[in-house]
Amino acid sequence: MKHALLFSVFVVASCGLAYELIAGALASYLLGDSVTQFSTVIGAYLFAMGIGSWLSRYVESRLVERFIQVELLVGVLGGFSAAGLFFLFTWSSAPFRVALYLAVCAIGVLVGLEIPLIMRILRQDLVFKDLVSQVLTFDYLGALAVSILFPVLLVPHLGLMRSALLFGLLNVAVALWAWWLFRAQLARGGLLRVQGLIALFALLGAFAAAGVLTSLAEVHLYTDEIVHAETSPYQRIVVTRWKDDLRLHLNNNLQFSSRDEYRYHEALVHPGLSALPRARRVLVLGGGDGLALREILKYPQVDSVVLVDLDPAMTRLFATAPPLRRLNGDALRSPRVTVVNDDALQWLERNDELFDFVVVDFPDPSNFAIGKLYSSAFYRLLEKHLAGDALAVIQSTSPLYARQAFWCIVTTIESVGLIATPYHALVPSFGEWGFVLAGRRPYHPPQAFAVDTRFLTAETAEAMFDFPKDMTRVEAEVNRLNNQVLVRYFEQEWRQVIR
Amino acid sequence: MDRRRFLGALATAGAGTLAGCRRSGGPPLPPGELRGTALEVGHLLRDARLAEAVETRKVAVLIVGAGVGGLSAAWKLARSGFSDFLIVDLEDEAGGNSRAGRNAVSAYPWGAHYLPLPTREATAVRELLAELGVLEGDPRAARPVYDERYLCATPQERLYLNGRWQEGLLPQAGVDRAAREQIRRFAELVDDFRHRRDASGRRAFALPMDLSSRDAALLALDRVSMRDWLLSLGLDLPQLHWYVNHACRDDYGADSATVSAWAGIHYFACRDGEAANAAGETVLTAPEGNAWLVRGMLESIRARAGDRLLTGALAHRVLAGETRSSAHPVAVDLWLPTERRTLRVLTAQLIWAAPVFLVPRIFAGRADLQAAARGFTYAPWLIANLTLSRLPVDRAGAPPAWDNVLHDSAGLGYVIATHQAMRLRSTDSVWTWYRALDSVSPQEGRAVLRDTPREVWAEEILADLERPHPDIRQVTTRLDVYRNGHAMVRPLPGLIWGDARQRLAGEGGDVLFAHADLSGFSLFEEAQYRGVLAAERTLRRLGVRHPTSLR
Repeated sequence: MKHALLFSVFVVASCGLAYELIAGALASYLLGDSVTQFSTVIGAYLFAMGIGSWLSRYVESRLVERFIQVELLVGVLGGFSAAGLFFLFTWSSAPFRVALYLAVCAIGVLVGLEIPLIMRILRQDLVFKDLVSQVLTFDYLGALAVSILFPVLLVPHLGLMRSALLFGLLNVAVALWAWWLFRAQLARGGLLRVQGLIALFALLGAFAAAGVLTSLAEVHLYTDEIVHAETSPYQRIVVTRWKDDLRLHLNNNLQFSSRDEYRYHEALVHPGLSALPRARRVLVLGGGDGLALREILKYPQVDSVVLVDLDPAMTRLFATAPPLRRLNGDALRSPRVTVVNDDALQWLERNDELFDFVVVDFPDPSNFAIGKLYSSAFYRLLEKHLAGDALAVIQSTSPLYARQAFWCIVTTIESVGLIATPYHALVPSFGEWGFVLAGRRPYHPPQAFAVDTRFLTAETAEAMFDFPKDMTRVEAEVNRLNNQVLVRYFEQEWRQVIR
Repeated sequence: MDRRRFLGALATAGAGTLAGCRRSGGPPLPPGELRGTALEVGHLLRDARLAEAVETRKVAVLIVGAGVGGLSAAWKLARSGFSDFLIVDLEDEAGGNSRAGRNAVSAYPWGAHYLPLPTREATAVRELLAELGVLEGDPRAARPVYDERYLCATPQERLYLNGRWQEGLLPQAGVDRAAREQIRRFAELVDDFRHRRDASGRRAFALPMDLSSRDAALLALDRVSMRDWLLSLGLDLPQLHWYVNHACRDDYGADSATVSAWAGIHYFACRDGEAANAAGETVLTAPEGNAWLVRGMLESIRARAGDRLLTGALAHRVLAGETRSSAHPVAVDLWLPTERRTLRVLTAQLIWAAPVFLVPRIFAGRADLQAAARGFTYAPWLIANLTLSRLPVDRAGAPPAWDNVLHDSAGLGYVIATHQAMRLRSTDSVWTWYRALDSVSPQEGRAVLRDTPREVWAEEILADLERPHPDIRQVTTRLDVYRNGHAMVRPLPGLIWGDARQRLAGEGGDVLFAHADLSGFSLFEEAQYRGVLAAERTLRRLGVRHPTSLR
């Protein structure tokens, strides 16, 4: 009996520390600023434990029964703490902080009750000096075990949600064990056993379903209705709808909103293509949504468009889903369009076809893999595919939010001997956005746009080539494969924006 | 035996039992083959008596060894308009330590895999790079432009430490103010050595090393170990020692307690090459490692002098000054294993560009050369190429780099062959994993190499890589292992500035030595320098006018 209770001190102490660590880690993970989160979580938790210890004096009789109840409560509250808080956060971050500290305090109070209760139960078996020495020894040992296991095994292998559920199970197991040991002395043993089993199965079920729970939580990250969600080998594709607004997210980054994507795609295509009245062969790199294609196909002189997009899931989705087909005017099924699902870099290396107009619509240079697509080596490769007076247009992130990154792209294009003509347009979903035209001859904006547009006019287009004071050229290095400066500029600058 | 060595030995011993007790149920080991330098043929030298020659051929210059040294000698001869030479090698392919393999996924190295930006004094290296079109413009420019496809893409290196990847190889964990001070002092020392010149204008540590200063104070560094030298300066930071030790194992196949301080400092201080379009520490590399340099030299030789390469030929006896022909005083017997006969080649000039450890068995009657050659020791190496069907899971931290090093490992990490590939997503790849058997003596290491089956190595390699990549076993479709018992010469204290090496390097007359061994460490620049130097001495002896490549 004595040894069993001392062992349960060990388990209880490890669970106690685990909930504290889980709450701290979850708060740092979701809210950032880990020093503040850990300090305030640990402070609140220890204070609540003090309250629990103080409250223990009011527990006067039926100590074992109270202990079992406390254990069950801690197990359920602590066990579901990570999952519950995570769901709450995906729903709204404002009540999250309140709920976080409420949960921390509640668990803290209950954990604070545990040790005083155990000490009083053990009082009959031990003299005071042995009692204090042994109980506290096991208390601290439990804390040590968890503090080592938590970063080394639990977080990497189980994750926060499953770790919390695991410790919840341990608390419930201690409760059930105590029930078994003291079953002869308990007045309402039957009820306790039922409660214990319910808690046990609830936690076990949640543990088994933790994978599903995680993706459920993700769904709630999007406030809008999810029309389509799939994970291709390359990315997570999510399409949402709110009223008439369709939005595409790739890996949780917004790619377009149907409310204003025409601004982006008109600005991407027409300044270049309208200046090339004899353009017949067009290449689109990226742009599997078919929206740039829609703009290109407005030009009757364009005979053929090759679209190279890595992800077949993207081009399939935008060629089959009716609302998306309506959005891109069924461009991906046009007889003038050839869709190639291939790595753009490798496709350019293998082919020697020439094009009159090339649209380079890659994701922003947020990592080294994509950074290659903005390097001098890439532009040198691109240049080999430009016919005599051809133009290429390159989406170039925001000259306002990522000013040095934008001008780095301009500098890099110039470094391979091409003439770069930068311009910008306002796309409300993204903000002020930048593009660069590249060609062998100086570029002159067209006198008029030959095709139907919703946003561009020849008069307003002139202003696009003007850079206001907060977007004018800044010094930037050439982005090379062997320095990848663009990714660093881009990271630094966007970090300033998203705070 | 210190703790690290003990653990290394334990790992070696433990590997033998692992294969037997692997838990069942995991994925089976990927298929592959166990390869090695032409062991069977090579051991004929040691074990067998080979037949007498029945056929005799004459050639003005015979080059034995078609590694970088021998090919560089041939390259220089051919560039000088001289074509009466023959290169022989016992392997069935030229390239030595710079050979490569290729499969459906990528080309990949079986040895040397990079060339640092050449120093100002590495004039022959620059000449070669210019010929291959990789160095653009004036080859003697301070900061030439290099073909960006060969400049190692960012990120160049990362280190797996405490369950996380960090950028760069110097361990960052636990580096406090005092530690930073030691690192700063070490960097200052290296920087000072890098810029120091003696009274005659020679660099303290030049690359090629032959052009280094002979100041007694500097040469004295060759008498202590790298580790002891650091400790004598009060540099005892464990992170710094790990970093220096890794560099020694990686470049010399021996730890910092074993290699000389002169060699250790040379590694850090000699490289001062710059580029107009890359940072100074950038290296030149390709998916196939350094095999592109070998291919370039072979093409250059073939274009100028025709087919001059005889592979699968084991030089097993050299008779100098004993032939009756005064025009061709040196006789070399070549065993042709496929034809099971010996061919005798009579030559006016022998360029011995094979490793020096072979000299005692081959130069009959030359006790002086034999004695000098016995002063050379060699590190055994193990290299594995893993073909991956997709990229494995990666632990948190810095993204995949070209060179990926694991901190607590008997291995030296792995190089990603597809890192330079112009492609966006890496679906499949080939990784080259390296290990120098530096925790035991070279003899013991060679015995381990000889006796360990591929399955045991495969298990050890996968267990090593499993720490940062938990699903490596699921994605590895093939695992080939290559054993190299005498992979590289070890610059132990006293080798570089001792008599034996200088004796062989200075050998003249009708037998010239041309191998990186003559420099005391296995670097492309050194092998090429020795080859070109031997070729120029040969051309002078034969009275062929030529411009020098070495100034």
